[in-house]
Amino acid sequence: MTAQLLTFYLFSGVILISSLMVISTKNPVHSVLFLILSFLNAAGLFVILHAEFLAMILIIVYVGAVAVLFLFVVMMLDFKTSINKDNILQYIPIGILIGVVFIAELIIVLINTKFDLSNIQVLPNPLSDFTGKSNTEAIGSVLYTDYILYFQLSGVILLVAMIGSIVLTLREREGVKRQVVSEQLKRQGKIDLVDVKSGKGVDI
Amino acid sequence: MISLAQTYFIEVMTIILYCLLIFVPLLLGVVMALYADRKIWAAVQKRRGPNVVGPYGLFQVPADGLKFIFKEIILPDGSDKTVFLIAPIITLALSIAAWAVVPVQAGVVLANINVGILYIFAISSLGVYGILMAGWSSNSKYPFFGALRSAAQMVSYEVSIGFVIITVLLCVGSLNLTEIVMAQKTMWFFIPLFPMFIVFFISALAETNRPPFDLPEAESELVAGYQTEYSGMPFVLFMFGEYINILLMCAMTTILFLGGWLPPIDIYPLNAIPGFVWFLLKVTFVFYLFAMVKAFVPRYRYDQLMRLGWKVFLPLSLFAVVATSSILFFFNLAPGM
Repeated sequence: MTAQLLTFYLFSGVILISSLMVISTKNPVHSVLFLILSFLNAAGLFVILHAEFLAMILIIVYVGAVAVLFLFVVMMLDFKTSINKDNILQYIPIGILIGVVFIAELIIVLINTKFDLSNIQVLPNPLSDFTGKSNTEAIGSVLYTDYILYFQLSGVILLVAMIGSIVLTLREREGVKRQVVSEQLKRQGKIDLVDVKSGKGVDI
Repeated sequence: MISLAQTYFIEVMTIILYCLLIFVPLLLGVVMALYADRKIWAAVQKRRGPNVVGPYGLFQVPADGLKFIFKEIILPDGSDKTVFLIAPIITLALSIAAWAVVPVQAGVVLANINVGILYIFAISSLGVYGILMAGWSSNSKYPFFGALRSAAQMVSYEVSIGFVIITVLLCVGSLNLTEIVMAQKTMWFFIPLFPMFIVFFISALAETNRPPFDLPEAESELVAGYQTEYSGMPFVLFMFGEYINILLMCAMTTILFLGGWLPPIDIYPLNAIPGFVWFLLKVTFVFYLFAMVKAFVPRYRYDQLMRLGWKVFLPLSLFAVVATSSILFFFNLAPGM
């Protein structure tokens, strides 16, 4: 149990520190790298919770795909000119405002809930009985049956987003020669195929 | 704290021992793979290959390694030095970390986790960061272009690798690597899923930046790609990371399609041979294929590479997922149904 606690504090500590670094480093690329570090540690927290499937999906989707694109875009920026130190201070009031709102919400929630730790139950199986099933099986058995509507809806939203971004970026340019592989393969009689004997060579 | 140390000391020590048990054979494997790679390449081109250092040139790779260790580590002036040095370490560490779940024999695996294949997929999708960080932190044009190419290439081919893995998983019904191998007791998956085997093999070549898909380090255009500014030990770390990744992809091909440690036929003289020997033989065979492809296939053009990934492999593997699941469903073959 102690080891679990220690790993929890390790992961959450690294998450906190690296999240702080995300907003405090000068270099945007470093920010993205710290963001990735905090994603990875969040995956570690999932593993402690025995949610290994979620942990792996978090890494594959967020770290392996989304954050790569983040990094791509940020790397292309000419960040040396984009940082203006005078302007950083002007965001502090807004930041404090947002922080106050969050803390107020937290306090409201904590006051209104009867916060008795002994009564709180973390329900591992709110729907059906998952005993004896692995993580992946359990998620699959609920996701494609009870939550099929939400699953399909999110799929449709993603599809719309994908088509939208393709439509926005697609442009036909005039006078560009494109390679049509099937046409190249259809060409006959233009090439001689010669069986070259090993070590003998071929007459040209 | 003392009791904590007592409780976990032995456990931690055994894990470290296991890690060494993975790392040392892997290191030897990389040395042999480098040697084999060069020898096979030479043989195809009617050259001798390394044949001076040691018997049959066997000590060529350790000699090269020694040379690299004694070379100066050059840090480019305009580079981001921390990221520059972390990048090769990340590449190597990630490539070794993936081996933690690879079973070499029934029950012989460091971590027999339920989501083994997802773990490997996740770790190999992280591998792109080492390359991106190296390319960016070098503060030079060639490494940057190499890194961009490499990242785009790896992200593209990961998609089709993912779908190929799903077709295999449909036939197994588990994400555990050991169970994937055991599901092939009657028939290795490369027979019913032959097209997917080919797609996986080619995608594995692209994923590990092997020729003919070594655009990120195309020497005719980009000097050495993202490795251009690296010298000495950091370069060796990249090299080792790359070859460990290649061996990992060979092992994955073996586990997913060639029956892992299972003998070809389950009869007496064949099944008396221990499983890890079969595993090694199969990995060696797949690596031989990798080396042969390197020797006689010319390099792809970059737009052709992208076309192959997105316009050929993606539709093909998507179709295969639908087809496999339909067949399994209609003939009531799906495991766990």
